[in-house]
Amino acid sequence: MTVQFGQMLLVLAFAPLLTGYVRKLKAHLLRRQGPPLVQPYRDLLRLLRKEVVLAHSASWVFRVAPYLVFATTWAAAALVPTFATGLVFSNAADMIAIVALLGSARFMLALAGLDVGTSFGGIGSSREMMIASLAEPAMLMVVFTLSLLGGSTQLSTIAASMQGPEVGLRVSLALALVALIMVAIAENARIPVDNPATHLELTMVHEAMILEYSGRHLALIETASHLKLLLYLSVIVCVFFPWGIAVSGQGLAAYFAGVGLYAVKLAGGGFLLAVFETAIAKMRVFRVPDFLGAALMLGFLAALLLFVTQAG
Amino acid sequence: MLPVGLPWVGAHLRLDALAAFFLVVVNLGGATASLYGLGYGRHEEAPGRVLPFFPAFLAGMNLVVLADDAFTFLFAWEFMSLSSWALVMAHHRRPGNAAAGYLYLLMASFGTLALLLAFGLLAGAAGGYAFEGIRSAMPSTGIAGAVLALALIGAGSKAGIVPLHVWLPLAHPAAPSHVSALMSGVMTKVAVYGFVRIVFDLLGTPAWWWGALIALMGGVTAIMGVLHALMEHDLKRLLAYHTVENIGIIFIGLGLSLAFQANAMPAAAALALTAALFHVFNHCVFKSLLFFGAGAVLTATGERDMEHLGGLIHRMPLTAFAFLIGSAAISALPPFNGFVSEWLTFQAILLSPALPQWLLKFLVPAIGALLALSAALAAACFVKAFGITFLGRARTQVARDAVETDARSLAAMFVLVALCLVAGVLPGYFIDALAPVTRALAGARLPSQEGLQWLTIVPIAESRSSYNGLLLFAFIALAAGLGAEVIHRWASNATRRSAPWDCGFPDPSPVTQYTAGSFSQPIRKVFGTVVFRAREEVDVPAPGDSRAAQLRVRLRDVLWDVLYVPIGAVVTFAAGWLNKVQFMTIRGYLTLVFGALVLLLTVLAAWQ
Repeated sequence: MTVQFGQMLLVLAFAPLLTGYVRKLKAHLLRRQGPPLVQPYRDLLRLLRKEVVLAHSASWVFRVAPYLVFATTWAAAALVPTFATGLVFSNAADMIAIVALLGSARFMLALAGLDVGTSFGGIGSSREMMIASLAEPAMLMVVFTLSLLGGSTQLSTIAASMQGPEVGLRVSLALALVALIMVAIAENARIPVDNPATHLELTMVHEAMILEYSGRHLALIETASHLKLLLYLSVIVCVFFPWGIAVSGQGLAAYFAGVGLYAVKLAGGGFLLAVFETAIAKMRVFRVPDFLGAALMLGFLAALLLFVTQAG
Repeated sequence: MLPVGLPWVGAHLRLDALAAFFLVVVNLGGATASLYGLGYGRHEEAPGRVLPFFPAFLAGMNLVVLADDAFTFLFAWEFMSLSSWALVMAHHRRPGNAAAGYLYLLMASFGTLALLLAFGLLAGAAGGYAFEGIRSAMPSTGIAGAVLALALIGAGSKAGIVPLHVWLPLAHPAAPSHVSALMSGVMTKVAVYGFVRIVFDLLGTPAWWWGALIALMGGVTAIMGVLHALMEHDLKRLLAYHTVENIGIIFIGLGLSLAFQANAMPAAAALALTAALFHVFNHCVFKSLLFFGAGAVLTATGERDMEHLGGLIHRMPLTAFAFLIGSAAISALPPFNGFVSEWLTFQAILLSPALPQWLLKFLVPAIGALLALSAALAAACFVKAFGITFLGRARTQVARDAVETDARSLAAMFVLVALCLVAGVLPGYFIDALAPVTRALAGARLPSQEGLQWLTIVPIAESRSSYNGLLLFAFIALAAGLGAEVIHRWASNATRRSAPWDCGFPDPSPVTQYTAGSFSQPIRKVFGTVVFRAREEVDVPAPGDSRAAQLRVRLRDVLWDVLYVPIGAVVTFAAGWLNKVQFMTIRGYLTLVFGALVLLLTVLAAWQ
């Protein structure tokens, strides 16, 4: 129980830091000073204190959506093993359910984008759903691959089996990792699919969808997107680099070691993300289906290989 | 057995676990549609065209499920088809409805013909048409294959399996909305019942390729249905296309179940069958709910075209809420019911590497990908359906003047809203209730879900997969509520209304909003160029010309062009040729009769 609540608070507390860290690294790579690491926290606090400016045509969907988006994303992030397995609620949702929870959050946000009735909200929602309609199946193909290897759709079981000796190096795993990274980039609105820092209207997807938001609502949506980035990095490290995850009953020292190692892994992942984003240019919106179609194909190939090689 | 019907045969009726489950589905849909009809029917312009046929339609569907011999079954099936045809033709003067009714009648009689032949093959030369006799007779492999194909055509055309779906999106929306709900939510389920009864119950042990064929058709149906729905602007027709999609999902489960049965894996077969049947129930609930919502919009505005609506959430808040829950449920979003049955289908797919046949090993992951794709596209489609209809600003005066629908219609909708949530949060009870059905048809049941901690559902083993909608729902509700409370108390709760920001250039005209067409444009660009041969024509006037620019999109249903147009051409040609036979001289007729006699005698001689 303590581990579960510890993790819930941990992801909530660390998520803005990860975003700040990636931003700082990107700035350094561009020879800029960059904002301090804690800038995302400051932004969130400032937004929370400000009043909400609501369009006349906004309905209750617009006002409820941020809370629901935040709650669903937090629920999903709380169910991914980060530093320890054996979360009390881990059997409430397996990997398919985690993907679907993120889908629920996106559904609400896309509706909110349409709610005010502006063209930017519409363009954001429409493109977001187009990207999701390819990214979600690709993610599910990755889930298929992992769960066939681990014999389970539960993330903690998969992580445990990945530590075992019988998995080894597999073509499927490599394909699934590439597909998962591509999905993670698209889902988190990173370059080359979308630009998290842009405010040039026609290049925005996620930012266009939330253009009308302000104040505490915007703070909640920002927190949710920090959480989502943390979640995807956590899934990647938990499945592909599961070493050092504490198992229940190992004592306090193991948990602390787990937290420390988790932070190191996240730092590594964030570094790679920053380098990748700096090195690549954003692509046109109608190139994105090709990119995600490739992810879908890779995930499908990975799953197919396992279907064919697993004996009856 | 009742002493009515054919002399010396009578009508056999029987209530077993499968029939009981489908009776629940039929009568749940029937009861809510009746309640809704009490309010909705007040706006009916010709109630005399609806009222007599509505109970007849309900009776027909109940009788199909209860029938225990082929005569009763086919009689009830035709009765159901004809009474629903009469309901489709209720508004026969509206443009398009007569054509829709004609196509429906054509496809329905074609389907019944296929079922008639299927039962004829099943009964064999001895002619035992009671289901009990059919069950004990073991058909040979060839005959069983033929019966399967005929059942797929007969029941599949009623359910809307691609490529036999063409009548469905025309006929279902043409009827009054509560009848549309019944046709989409319930009658397609009766068709699924017919298929399950023939293939799972009467036909004996399945061969593995049956499963492959049916699951593949299910996958194709699911993806085609949702892509068609995405291109649609007509709210009711969009919902009808989604029925096609969901029927596909159900048939994926049924096909997997057959494949597992053929390989003697009863536990997996039970899982796939449970998934399919649970989806039958879920689809009945949320599809009826969505059609009721569309009906409420239709009464309030007189519009089915989403491009003329918008902003209805301000005028019809309760209908909007109900429609939103229905949209989330059909998009397979947790914690609602649609997610649970799709989750169970995914779990069944993940068991299939154990199947020994190579074709299945290749096919099943592809079907899994199709299912995942159609689930994601369904979410996009319902963002469009709800967002364009209910959110944003009103696009026309009728949408601006809409009023909330009546209390009885709302009551019917909210019963179904509650069911969407209950079946999503407490699926264990529903899975347990399906156990007798799967035990009868697949020879096994899922492990009992009762008494598991926190009401989690565990289809196979806890280490393998589990899901707990209740906990998720509680967590989301709690986190959202606490978040709101904390923020409002400690941070800020000031709100100011103002004009929208829109990057500094807000345009007061509602025409500048995204429309249904523009919302689905990216997806049309990705999928539509292949599937629908979508072509865009942009007509930009020359500089100085004040004519409005135009964008015209052409979509073609490739299936219609490839399959139905040639069949229609052949039928027309044959009819034109036969027409000549009507106007022959006496000599000509005598020659024809003589020729026919000689031909028949020759055939008879060759036969013996």
